[in-house]
Amino acid sequence: MADRNQFSTEAMQYARSLYSTALRMTRNASDAEDLVQETYLKAFRSFGSFEEGTNLKAWLFRILTNTFINTYRSKQRRPQESDLGSVEDLFLYKRLPTLAGQSDSAEEQLLDLFPAAEVRAAIENLPETFLLPMLLNDVEGFSYKEVADILEVPIGTVMSRLHRGRKTMQEALYDYASKRHLISEKD
Amino acid sequence: MADCNETLKELDRFLDNELASEVISDLSSHLEGCVDCQQTFEFHAELRNIVKLSAKQEPMPNSLITRIQECFGTDLQEDLDNS
Repeated sequence: MADRNQFSTEAMQYARSLYSTALRMTRNASDAEDLVQETYLKAFRSFGSFEEGTNLKAWLFRILTNTFINTYRSKQRRPQESDLGSVEDLFLYKRLPTLAGQSDSAEEQLLDLFPAAEVRAAIENLPETFLLPMLLNDVEGFSYKEVADILEVPIGTVMSRLHRGRKTMQEALYDYASKRHLISEKD
Repeated sequence: MADCNETLKELDRFLDNELASEVISDLSSHLEGCVDCQQTFEFHAELRNIVKLSAKQEPMPNSLITRIQECFGTDLQEDLDNS
């Protein structure tokens, strides 16, 4: 069993990441605070079962995710996965004006087109099955294996959800940009 | 060496750093000689970057820090309550 004070100090290092993720999950500051507090409460209660040397960050995110699914999910109004049509591969790339020969890098072009708030909205509006793997992998940097462990699904499922989530997000970004005539329809 | 289709098929795993080093070097050799694939990969790498930037960490409310600190030693308190 790990040392209690050391455990508390180490666990606190992830508070900001947990809170940021909780905000994306709940879309509500007050729920996010409750969710994070509950996560720490559960973590300290089961501190005895935490094995030293295992991945503390992944362990905390697993508690966060389970608590969100069990307690806060019902409050969410998100589209269901089944409501979405299929999005082709490289959706956004195929629709943005060609990058070749432009002085702007892909990064500058994307940053100009999509303000952070729009990207956040595109992610937060994803169905939960896509949102959770994207928050864990794309934002928090957990590996496929770690995401699979946290969400208790096979690695193949993580990969396909990430793939589909990213495509759905691209479609939302494209809709945003074309509605504001920031990009012209290619077809 | 991998062709364009094989390379694009691995785009996710490549950018997610989930491939074995042999596969990475095989794909990298293709990318070096193929501007189309190179641009596609670069675009998606940047897209991931803006996702990461957009979700940058939010400042922690002080009230939450206090609430978490109050959880420290929760199990101890429970032990005392149960004794």
